[in-house]
Amino acid sequence: MIVFDKVTKTYDNGVTGIKDLTLKVQQGEFVYIVGQSGAGKSTLIKMLYHELVPTSGHLTINDFDFDTMRPQDVPMLRRSMGVVFQDFKLLPRMTVFENVAYAMQVIETPDADIKPRVLDVLKQVGLEQKIRRFPNELSGGEQQRVSIARAIVNKPTVVIADEPTGNLDPDTSEEIMDILDRVHAAGTTVIMATHNRDIVNSRTHRVIEIAGGAVVRDEAEGAYEVED
Amino acid sequence: MKTNVIKRHVRDSLRSLRRNGWMSVASISAVTVTLFMVGIFLAVLFNVNHVSHQVENDVRVRVSVDRKTPQAAKDKLAKQLKAIPHVEKVTYRSRNAELNSIVTGYGQQWKMFRGDDNPLNDVFVLKTKSSANTIAVTKKARKLANVDSASYGGDTARKLFKVADKVRNWGIGFTVLLLLVAVFLISNTIRITIMSRREEIAVMRLVGATNSYIRWPFLLEGAWTGLFGSIIPIVIVDMGYAAVISHSGLTVASNGYAFFSTMPFLFWLDVLLAGIGIVIGAAGAGLSMRRYLRV
Repeated sequence: MIVFDKVTKTYDNGVTGIKDLTLKVQQGEFVYIVGQSGAGKSTLIKMLYHELVPTSGHLTINDFDFDTMRPQDVPMLRRSMGVVFQDFKLLPRMTVFENVAYAMQVIETPDADIKPRVLDVLKQVGLEQKIRRFPNELSGGEQQRVSIARAIVNKPTVVIADEPTGNLDPDTSEEIMDILDRVHAAGTTVIMATHNRDIVNSRTHRVIEIAGGAVVRDEAEGAYEVED
Repeated sequence: MKTNVIKRHVRDSLRSLRRNGWMSVASISAVTVTLFMVGIFLAVLFNVNHVSHQVENDVRVRVSVDRKTPQAAKDKLAKQLKAIPHVEKVTYRSRNAELNSIVTGYGQQWKMFRGDDNPLNDVFVLKTKSSANTIAVTKKARKLANVDSASYGGDTARKLFKVADKVRNWGIGFTVLLLLVAVFLISNTIRITIMSRREEIAVMRLVGATNSYIRWPFLLEGAWTGLFGSIIPIVIVDMGYAAVISHSGLTVASNGYAFFSTMPFLFWLDVLLAGIGIVIGAAGAGLSMRRYLRV
């Protein structure tokens, strides 16, 4: 379970990213985080993987309490989740296979276990034919699929996706959403920040709207915008 | 660390070195140029030291014994000389042995002085523990009974000592300076390589890699850079040294002094150069990536 309890994040330059934000996400939920640019979506997402820490308030993600976490716990938190970025963030000098395998290597998985699991996950995202390609040899959609494969290869309990379709065309976006839906169907919590109105409206899930750093709307089966 | 993780780091570091292409070539070239200078300088410095030690050790105090000194007095003198502080060894050479040395060194015509015509004195040759003691020992020897004269080569020896000392001090200073330049040059080149990969390091952290897991392949890559960068300097310095020894070694040898022979000197010089490359390469990488590993 993810719990934000009156969390505020103020940057060094005095700008407030989120303010007194409180919300709970249960295990296995699919949540869209929507809102205009600058609303605080990215701040919220970055806090989830400890890229940013709260200035005040309490944040808990499963067994990780941000109040008591030590620096050496941060890699452990990140290993418990998968993160998908708008700009993919693949390792440019590694092949598709190596990018996905890297997430397993850092948790010291034996080589013998890595190969079958990576091939299985790459098959799930439809990239089993391109395992030796480098990221710059792939389309945007393919790179995002590698990114998702890397995010789910360790079977995390939470997948965080920060605008995963932001750089993709509508058809490719649908393919990515199909994969995320399958991940969710397997019991994984998915938290996805997005600007994509069509996707939010066509694949209904819980919608949390952020404005001015606070939750202004939280609907169990919401739409991108409030319907009149 | 588990064996399979170590293997993985070694494999990853070599793969990364290969895939970094021109950046790796640039780093290795910086190491090559620097170690080439270090190699030449070390070879010269070690040999200057070696020869100057030989020159120093060659300086002896020669104590001429008064003629007609009876054998008992000579024995007593030998004991007195041995008792002078800092004297390591006392060797007796009769006047006949002295003349034989001259005949051997300067020609048969000196044979005519053999027998009663021999104008030379018996001598005691004193070896001191350190060249710095030579003058004091000479002075003390002069004061003893039955000593005709005592000498150590005077001004020539003094000048030699000064030159040897200067070469050693300046040599050490210059080597330290050169090594600092090497550290600076190599670590800066590696820093540029790592700066270009800071995004990569950030991604590694985002997928849950610990700092040490990220650091090892980079450290090893730095070490490989140092090792591969030392190959060309080692080959050139070895070949150059062998050529210099074969051309000028004889000249020096005819003066009674010798450079280090190629083996095992070159072996240890090669090990030293490779070691400097590896240590500076790894240290440069370690220092450069510190800032990107802060949580």
